Amino acid sequence: MTPTTLARGGSTSVGSPRKGRPWRPYSRWVVLSFLAPWLVGVLVFFVYPLVDTVYLSFTHYDLLSAPQWVGTDNYVFMLTKDPQVRKAAFNTLWLMVILVPARMLFALAVSSLVVRLKAGVGVFRSAYYLPALVPPVAGVLAFVFLLNPATGPINQVLGALGLPQPLWFNDPTLSKPSLVLLGLWGVGDIMIIFLASLLDVPREQYEAAALDGAGPWHRLRYITLPNISPVLMFAAITGVIAALQYFTEAVVAASVASGQATTGGGNASLLGYPEGSTLTYAQWLYVMGFKDYYLGYASALAVVMFVVALSLTLILLRRSRSLLGGTEATR
Amino acid sequence: MTTLAHSATTLPASRRAGGRDSRTARRRRRLGWVADHAVAIALAAIFLGPFVFIVLQSLMTSQQALTGELWPRTWHPENYRDVFQLAPMWTYVKNTVLYAGLATALMLVSSVPAAYAMARLRFRGQSIALVVVLMMMMLPPQVTQVPIYVMWTKLHLTGSLWPLILPNLVGDAFSIFLLRQFFMTIPSEYADAARVDGCSEWGVLLRVFIPMAKPGIAATAMFMFFFCWNDFYGPLLYTSENPANWTISLGLASFRNLYQVQWNLTMAATVIAMIPVLVVFFLAQKVFVEGITLTGVKG
Repeated sequence: MTPTTLARGGSTSVGSPRKGRPWRPYSRWVVLSFLAPWLVGVLVFFVYPLVDTVYLSFTHYDLLSAPQWVGTDNYVFMLTKDPQVRKAAFNTLWLMVILVPARMLFALAVSSLVVRLKAGVGVFRSAYYLPALVPPVAGVLAFVFLLNPATGPINQVLGALGLPQPLWFNDPTLSKPSLVLLGLWGVGDIMIIFLASLLDVPREQYEAAALDGAGPWHRLRYITLPNISPVLMFAAITGVIAALQYFTEAVVAASVASGQATTGGGNASLLGYPEGSTLTYAQWLYVMGFKDYYLGYASALAVVMFVVALSLTLILLRRSRSLLGGTEATR
Repeated sequence: MTTLAHSATTLPASRRAGGRDSRTARRRRRLGWVADHAVAIALAAIFLGPFVFIVLQSLMTSQQALTGELWPRTWHPENYRDVFQLAPMWTYVKNTVLYAGLATALMLVSSVPAAYAMARLRFRGQSIALVVVLMMMMLPPQVTQVPIYVMWTKLHLTGSLWPLILPNLVGDAFSIFLLRQFFMTIPSEYADAARVDGCSEWGVLLRVFIPMAKPGIAATAMFMFFFCWNDFYGPLLYTSENPANWTISLGLASFRNLYQVQWNLTMAATVIAMIPVLVVFFLAQKVFVEGITLTGVKG
């Protein structure tokens, strides 16, 4: 396996060196003519801003005057004084720990069901996938309406059944779970990937296991999961990275549910409405940097985000190596 | 491999063994079939329900929309016309199409050659290049946002959509990754034949490779277009102070704040924002599903 690929199906032939073919010499200029624009992009939009962010994180900078070196002040402020950053980090961590596994488990359940279906597979697959395409802002608006405490259809149904009618997006303890419901509705993107991977699992392995008297749990644990572990890892890594930058849904839900906040920032008391329960790390970075123009402080927040993203990816990748190794041994 | 062959030979034995009480087995299988499809239908209703609710809501009067009733007493398709009159929807649509269209076109021009080089040419540092593509793809945009924002401010381009369009001139990491995945699946024999006939590498790409890779290129372009169409963070960052350049997502997010009590109109605007994406999906479903599959399985 090439070290450069994130996660890959065992049966596909991705990887740079094709075996049994001699090296074809390409002139450096030919290669460069293909890659030149991209190389410029790497420098301008990746290397330079990454370095500059680290530099700016040690400065006070407000766009009006030149950056002013302040040492580790921004980091000290972040760790000891900033009243919001802890709440924002907690909410983001909450989403990482709850939203990502919830979406993966649900995607696994739905795709396993689709695999077993005999009739109307295409129709069901499209129906389950469709919400994943909906623009996030439109999806949030739809859910704030559906879960509207007084007039939303969900609470109408719950009321008719004599069940409690929660305040959903207006209740600080339920606002994040409401966002999870929204995330589960849009589970189609992972579901499709899991589905393709499940269809690739060799049927013979299930039949052999059935002969050995393996129950559903053992089939899942020892055949299904090892076989689809590359896509599980792919979903885990991309899910965690997406949770780390969770922004649009939280911002729009807070703004629309409160009915007052201007989008993305504005009235500080309404940030993360209700009661800061939906304020995410990415939103706090946005407000600090691009609403209040504390660009040095926003850079420090960005550096922390980078370190967290990198470490989580490396941890997950290391785990995936062992998982992948296990898969290849069984083949 | 040996275990597979082994299980294949023992398979008929298992069939014969199961044949003894085939009637109960068949009944159990039929019950399982019914249960699976019943769950599937219920799930489909849950996934599609929100669409039905918001469409019904968008056709009510504003008074009825506040009552919590689910079925419109009278039908008001003119709500959709009202949305266009109350909010500058055409401006939003025009800006979104401009952003998504230009970004996609520029992405293709820059990313197809880069992806081709990474999939088909061989050069020193190729594996490093791939790692960089993956890193750029995974990197949360917030991490590098401050210097990039400062750069666009110095160029006096904040307030417009250009900071979102122009970076595609130098390639988009996710698109390069996806295109490379597609290109890896194309057999190299045709390209080799063209090379033997004296075709240059660019000639191979333009005359042989691109025609064969059309489905993959189409899927990548669609992903890019949809990403831009749905994008909220980018337009918010660069154009929030200038409503003339707002996209559909930005307009929609502020719509509810302007027309608070009119849930019917808000839902009509929501439906309008969803429709183009859903229509394109139904027209090009196959290309799309194959594309998503490739992001993960062969990732």
